[in-house]
This record gives sequence, C-alpha cells and structure tokens, in this order.
Amino acid sequence: MTASNPDGTQDFGVYVHIPFCATRCDYCDFATWTDREHLQDSYVDACVTDLRRRVEEGLFPLASSVFFGGGTPSLLPPEQLMTILGEIPRTSTAEVTVECNPDSINRSGLDIYRAHGVNRLSFGVQSFDEQVLAGLGRTHNPANVERVVADARLAGFDNFNLDLIYGTPGESVDQWLATVNSAIALNPPHLSMYALTVEPGTPMGANVRAGALAPDDDDQATKYELADELLTKAKMPWYEISNWAQVGYECRHNLLHWATGDYLAIGCAAHGHRARSRYWNLRTPERYIAAIAAQESPEAGSEVLDLNAQREEEFVLALRTSTGVSARKVDPEVISACVDAGLIDHISSTDRLVLTRRGRLLATEVTVRLLAGNNAGTRYDGVLTAMGKDRPSV
Amino acid sequence: MNAQPRFRNFAIVAHIDHGKSTLADRLLELCGAVEARDMRAQYLDSMDIERERGITIKAQNVRLKWRDHILHLIDTPGHVDFGYEVSRSLAACEGALLLVDASQGIEAQTLANCFSALEANLTIVAVLNKIDLPAAEPEKRAAEIEKVLGIPADEILRISAKTGEGVAELLDVIVERVPPPAGDPDAPLQALIFDSSYDPYRGVVSSLRVFNGTLTSGSSLRYINASALHEAEEVGVRSPSPSPVAALGPGEVGYLIAGIKAVGEAKVGETVTNAANPGVALAGYEDPKPMVFCGLYPVDGDEYVELRESLAKLRLNDSSFTYEPETSGALGFGFRCGFLGLLHMEIIRERLEREYNLSLVATAPNVEYRAYLISGESEVVDNPSALPSPNQIERIEEPFVDVTALTPSEYVGAVMELAQQRRGEQTRMEYISEERVELVYTIPLAEIVSDFFDQLKSRTRGYASLDYEPAGYRVANLAKVDILLNSVAVDAFSTIVHRDKAYDYGRKMTEKLSELIPRQLFDVPIQAAIGGRIIARQTVKARRKDVIAKCYGGDVSRKRKLLERQKEGKKRMKQIGRVEVPQEAFVAALTLDS
Repeated sequence: MTASNPDGTQDFGVYVHIPFCATRCDYCDFATWTDREHLQDSYVDACVTDLRRRVEEGLFPLASSVFFGGGTPSLLPPEQLMTILGEIPRTSTAEVTVECNPDSINRSGLDIYRAHGVNRLSFGVQSFDEQVLAGLGRTHNPANVERVVADARLAGFDNFNLDLIYGTPGESVDQWLATVNSAIALNPPHLSMYALTVEPGTPMGANVRAGALAPDDDDQATKYELADELLTKAKMPWYEISNWAQVGYECRHNLLHWATGDYLAIGCAAHGHRARSRYWNLRTPERYIAAIAAQESPEAGSEVLDLNAQREEEFVLALRTSTGVSARKVDPEVISACVDAGLIDHISSTDRLVLTRRGRLLATEVTVRLLAGNNAGTRYDGVLTAMGKDRPSV
Repeated sequence: MNAQPRFRNFAIVAHIDHGKSTLADRLLELCGAVEARDMRAQYLDSMDIERERGITIKAQNVRLKWRDHILHLIDTPGHVDFGYEVSRSLAACEGALLLVDASQGIEAQTLANCFSALEANLTIVAVLNKIDLPAAEPEKRAAEIEKVLGIPADEILRISAKTGEGVAELLDVIVERVPPPAGDPDAPLQALIFDSSYDPYRGVVSSLRVFNGTLTSGSSLRYINASALHEAEEVGVRSPSPSPVAALGPGEVGYLIAGIKAVGEAKVGETVTNAANPGVALAGYEDPKPMVFCGLYPVDGDEYVELRESLAKLRLNDSSFTYEPETSGALGFGFRCGFLGLLHMEIIRERLEREYNLSLVATAPNVEYRAYLISGESEVVDNPSALPSPNQIERIEEPFVDVTALTPSEYVGAVMELAQQRRGEQTRMEYISEERVELVYTIPLAEIVSDFFDQLKSRTRGYASLDYEPAGYRVANLAKVDILLNSVAVDAFSTIVHRDKAYDYGRKMTEKLSELIPRQLFDVPIQAAIGGRIIARQTVKARRKDVIAKCYGGDVSRKRKLLERQKEGKKRMKQIGRVEVPQEAFVAALTLDS
C-alpha cells in the first residue's frame, strides 16, 4: 500500500542527511561526525549534484515532504542548507522540516529558513533537567529551548516539534514529569518522545558493558504511561508509538515511513524507499562525496522484499500508528485474546485494530501474535489513505 | 573338550582416557590388520558419538593374526550403564587385559569390571599404559593394583600404546598367559551373542562367540531365548573388515547375519544353536532392566508421529531402552522412556535429535518407585506425576545402589560430604595405597541420577571415579513435590524427593524456574507444593515494555529482523496454559545447586 492521496497523486518524500555535529551525545549511534567541518562545502555540493542528477533522470515527482535530518542540519550556515532545498522540486503545500539544535540556531537563521520555504522545525531538546542532560552527554542549556521556541514563533513558524528522551538512568519519575510539563508549557504542536535505548558502539553502550546503570524497561514503561496521560489531557493525542501531535500537526514525512510510501535518500547514510525496494547510501561523507564526484551511484546496498514480507512489513508499520490495521483478515480468536489482555482496541465503526496504551509498550509481542493469527495474502490499508492529504486527521 | 590351541580370546578393560582405543589401534597395526594408510584414530569406534566423546558404546571385535596364533580382541563398553553388555563380552573371552594409566592409577569402573572378569574366571593380564608420560608412576600404580586385585606387581606389564613401546611383548604375553579356548566341534552348537547392531541393508548383524559345535553358513538356527528360527545367511570374521567364512568352530569369534529385522530378536546374551540338533542355552541370559526414566516430547506437537517412528527405528539398534506412549497435561503427547543409566539416556536423546532431526523436550530423569497402598495394592511408578495421593499411600520404596568411589586421599572429606548430603550410608573405606582411597556407600539411585557424577568430579578436581550396582529397594520417607505455574500444576515438573529435602528443593526449584522463564504479559506465580500445601513461591513479574522506540527509514529493516528473532524464539518455547516455557526449564532440577 503506498501513500496515495484522494486526488490520485502519491505522496513523495525527500530525506537529506547532514552528518555533522558540534559534539557527540553519549547515546547516539547515528552517522554523524564532529571532526569533519572541512568537508561541509564539498558535502553540500555533492548533495546538490546528486539532486540535479536525480531530477535529470526524470524519475522525481514533486516532493510532498522534505526532511533535513542528521547529525545537526542547523550546524550548516543556513544559506548553504537552503541551496540544497532549492534543488528539490516540490508541491506548493509541501512540508519542509529542519532538525535544529537549540544551541546552534538563532533568529536570523530561522528567518532565512522561513524565507526559503521551510515550514516545520524539529528541536532536539531531550530533557529540561540539567542533571539528566549531563547523563546523556548533552551540553545545551534548557533555557535556550524557551528562547528558540519564541524566536521560531516570531519568525513565523507555527509548526514545530520537540524531541524528548525518557528513562535515562538516574532520571526520577518527577524529573521526567517536570520535563514533559515544561514541554507542554511551550504549547508545541508536535512532540516525539523516545525511550533511551543503549546501542552497541556508543560511549553509553561501553559504559553499560562496563557495569554502568542501564535503562530499565519497567521505569520506561511507567514514564511512557504517565507522559501519554499528560499529553492526552493536553489535547495532543498519540498518532504513532513515539509521536504525539495536536490534531492536524502530524508529521507528513514520517507518516510516509509507516505507510511504506516512497522517499528519496540524499546524503551519506541516508535510507530511501522506492517501488518496494529499500536502499541506503554510503555511510561516510568522504565516500559519498567521492562517489558523486566519480559520477557513480552513492547507494551502498538495497533489499527487495517478497510480497509476503512486504505485506507483513506494511502490517507491522501500520500497527504502530493510531490508524491501526484492518481486522478483516486476522483470526478472531487472536483478536479477542489481545482485546481481553488489554493490548488492542477493536474499533467497530472502522473494523480496525488499534494498540492500547499498554499494547503500544508491548507492540513487538502484539505484532508477533497478530501476525501468527493473520492469514497470508492479506491486503492491508495503509495509513495515509485514512489520514487524508493535507493535514491528516486522526 | 578339545583345546583350540591356535586361538586366544581377550577383552580390554580400561577406564575412559586410559588409552584403550589407542592400544587397539596399535594392535591392529602390529598385526597387519590395517594398512598404515587406512589407519585412523579410534579405528574400532564407528559411531560419531563414540568418536566425539572418546567412549565405546557398542562392543566391537576384531580377529588379529600374531605369529602363529589367531587373537580375538573384544572391545567392550566401559561405562557403568552398560554393565550387562560388559559381562557378556567377558563371557566370550578367556582373558582380560586390564589397562591402567600409569599416572592416574586404577579407577572405580575398571576395578568393578575387573572383578567381573575375575568372577568369570578370566586370566587377567595387567598393563600400565602411558609410561612415556613424565607424570607416570608405574611402581606406585603397580603396587596399588597388587593391593586391590592381588596381581603381583612384577607381573604387570609397562607399555606406551602411543609410541608402541612394549606392545609386541604384550601380544606375546597374551599368547603365553591366556589359556586357549576349549570346545567340542562335534557337540551341538552353542554360540553366545555379545553384541547386535542394525544395518539398514542387511538387517541385524550379531557378534558372537562359538563355545561348542560349528556355526555353518546356510544352516538353520534356533535362537533359544527368543524361541525363534532363522537361517544363517552369512557367517564371517572381522579382520577388521568383514569377510565371509564357511563356518566358525569352537573358540572362534565372528559375526552372523540371519535376516533379522530388529536387535530385540537377537539380544545380547542370546544363545544360538542348530535347529536340527539343538544344544542348551548358555548361562547368564538377562533382559537388562531400565533404571532411569524420563519423558520425551516433541517441542512441536506435530512431530509426535516422527518421534514415534524414530524411537522404533532406534530400537532396532538398541533393545535396552524402553518407550511407552504417555500424555502430559503440560507437554501433550510423548513417551515415557526407560534407560540403563544417565549416559544411555543422553545418548538416545542425542541420537534422536541428531540422526532423526527432532527437537525434543526431555523431563528431568527419575527412578522407578514402588508405592504400597493402604488398600493393599501396589503400583510401580516410573513417572513422579503418577504417584498416588499421600493419603492413599502406606509406604514408598525406592531403588538403592552400592556406590564405589576411588579418590585421591586428599579428597576423602569432600567425597564423604557429598555422599552424606545424598543420603548415603558408608559401608566400607579402605586405603588402597597411601594416597588413594576406596569408599563404598549405599545411596538411593535417585540421588545419583541428578548431578552426583558432576558434583563428584568438581569436588575432586576430576580425580575421583565412580561405579555402582543395584542394591535392591528400601522404604524411604518420600514426598512428591508439584510445581504450579500460574496456579496450575505442571505434571512435567513433578518430582519425588526425600521429605527432609522437600522445602529446600521447592525453594531452589522455584528460584531456578523464575530465572529461566521469561517475563510474560502477566505476573506468573511459580509455586512448589506437597499435596495441596504450598511450600515455596516466586513470581515472574509481568513484562511491561518490549517496543522499539524509533521506527523511521533506517530502522525498518532492523525492526523486521528483531521480529523474525522474536518469532523464532517463540517456536522454541513450549506453551503451558498461558505461559511460554523454554526447553531448558524442564531439566532445571538437574542444575540446582546442592
């Protein structure tokens, strides 16, 4: 199921990866570097060249969403970042997001973004508690967040997201609730909240292996439940397991991922999806730049799923969203067992299965159960059809 | 009786790792039975399991030519589980070669087998092996052998099977000391089967020793104990590759193929005679009784039929294990299987999984109890969950064994402590030398089949050795401990233990299970109970979170792989009521610390 709109057009996203950071956070395993500033100019040139070639190939529909992620896109001089955006043909209503570090963006930068068509910002906040931020190896001052949100509003951005992380070892439930309340006080249209996950190969991974306290599943579950309650009260219902938004402010670009829509990968380590194939670019900026310079494809690998695996993936991803999955082809006994266990709601008006709060935390188990009770060859409705075109409604 | 002066029949009695297979290899080479280029290590051990574990499970035999004599070497299984097979192999010989590692000294099982050989009037040729090793102490070891077996130290040979030193002299000594077999070629045929194995193309191939008469190819035979008639399709000798001969006379060892489809019809101990002119059965025929039992269940219930067929096929090759269909509330359809001992159980299970590609759940091993009821009836109980309720029982008896342990004297305390913990009563203690002690205890077999052997090895740094033999049934103060999972008794976890140990067992078992059973979607209470009384409790707290927080472009493939792993993991779990239980949990009792 692809992301088709009521008028028959398909949503199409462009993801641009900016692999530069001022410092590296202890938990981060993304493709980003703190010592490659000298590559910035040639990297931007490579992204521009890559985009021009794709456009010339003619297989480039107008983008309905553009997402600059990282790394820290706001670390690049705003004009430079906007030269990349300028190469991306897009619809008049396209959603254009830039991920920003509250420390590395100011009012004039935001004005430049705005002037070039950026209409959504995503701020990496993680926590409003300095002690917790220190535990994550983050350096920014929580007071900067308030300032940057005010600046964004003044610059004309009504749509922005705050990223939060919960369950850092040492973070108390009260500290977490204070962070959520501080976030809500800023009246953000969108919040993403992620359970801290320890990845191998990160400083945090090494510390945990050496015996440092690891995040605790039960603690994270408690914090998720409490935050979800607060956000529901604040009229920001969940629309994906880790995402909450005021109605109409769901992130269109990310909805594409969960609807297995198509999106183009620009930049090193970026992942794309095209015609049921997933692909990913060369991991380091050097190799990406070199491949583009040599007029070679920057793709490092790809995978094509067979039909069953595709359908399973569509099911798995759709189940993460508040639209859920069709109940039609799932074994009624499995459905009622999961409903009885408080894991899913069976919405009778739409005949869809949607995860409950408890079910969201146990989504892996629920998915395995539903798949086991799911007859092969089923066709599932994707997410965007139900969400609508412009401002998807829940 | 005419002597058969050209023949010598001998067995090798040795402890594991004392070099029996290496010596057999050297003998084959010296006698020119195997060309050097065809030689491989452990030539006579043909099963994969035998080679991997360095043990002999099946008796083998080979005909060797040494100077003017024909020697028959019978390679016997060394393990306590196969005591009956050993006794039949010994019965086929006039001599036994006692092979002892010159650094380790004689071990308990070797001693037991050597006593069996003496009881069977065999001539013992004692040999110290591995004299090339720096740790070898042949003088001390010879003195020990003299002390425990009465074999003069100066008659004990010293060899190195590895280098070949002394091996030719050993062959000469065998010819000199082992008496030639006696037997009358014209008497009615009496041939003793000491091993049978199943060949899918030829049927059962039996190894046998002719005592009297002549076994002629093509003749009609009677299997006396089985009361069955068969035709001698092929008679031959192994040297070591099989070659057919027209006939085997008195004193000769060889093989017989008689169109038999299952080893159960040509059991070890069987006497073969001529149909036309039958002799009488040789003494010593027994049907070895299983001593250790466990339930075997397919992890996937759909594999029940395959399991049944595989057991049937395996039994063609090994008639000493038993299996009966049984149904477990927890595990579904499976079989209650009986084995000669723990090693035998492990071997059968491993062969089922390996050779027949099955995934099995095995319940903890148990012994066979006798329950005498107030009503005056009695029941044989080979599955703890089938024990009648306590108010019906007048008394319970359990099997005991006499355990002989040989240990370096510094570990005497450790061995005594272990034996006492396992309800052992000491019957003897003797210093066989200044530094080695023989300890004899009477211990309930149930205490041995848990982890006695592992404990003995770990408490004596591997130096103690063990042998045991049945010592009858005795009354014991026993209780059945049930395990309840999520408030439902799980029959597969029921165990019979001594009442004094029931609380300790219940506590350890619930603790162990709470470690092994993964968190489920709800709290899972794990309780131990005697009758209706709960004696221990643990809770596996409900799992609250398993979700992956982020799922964007690059995370999708990763998430799919995680789901695949999750699905695979579920396949290895056995669903009991609403609880998913991993295979290891069913043998948890085996690894409880004691």
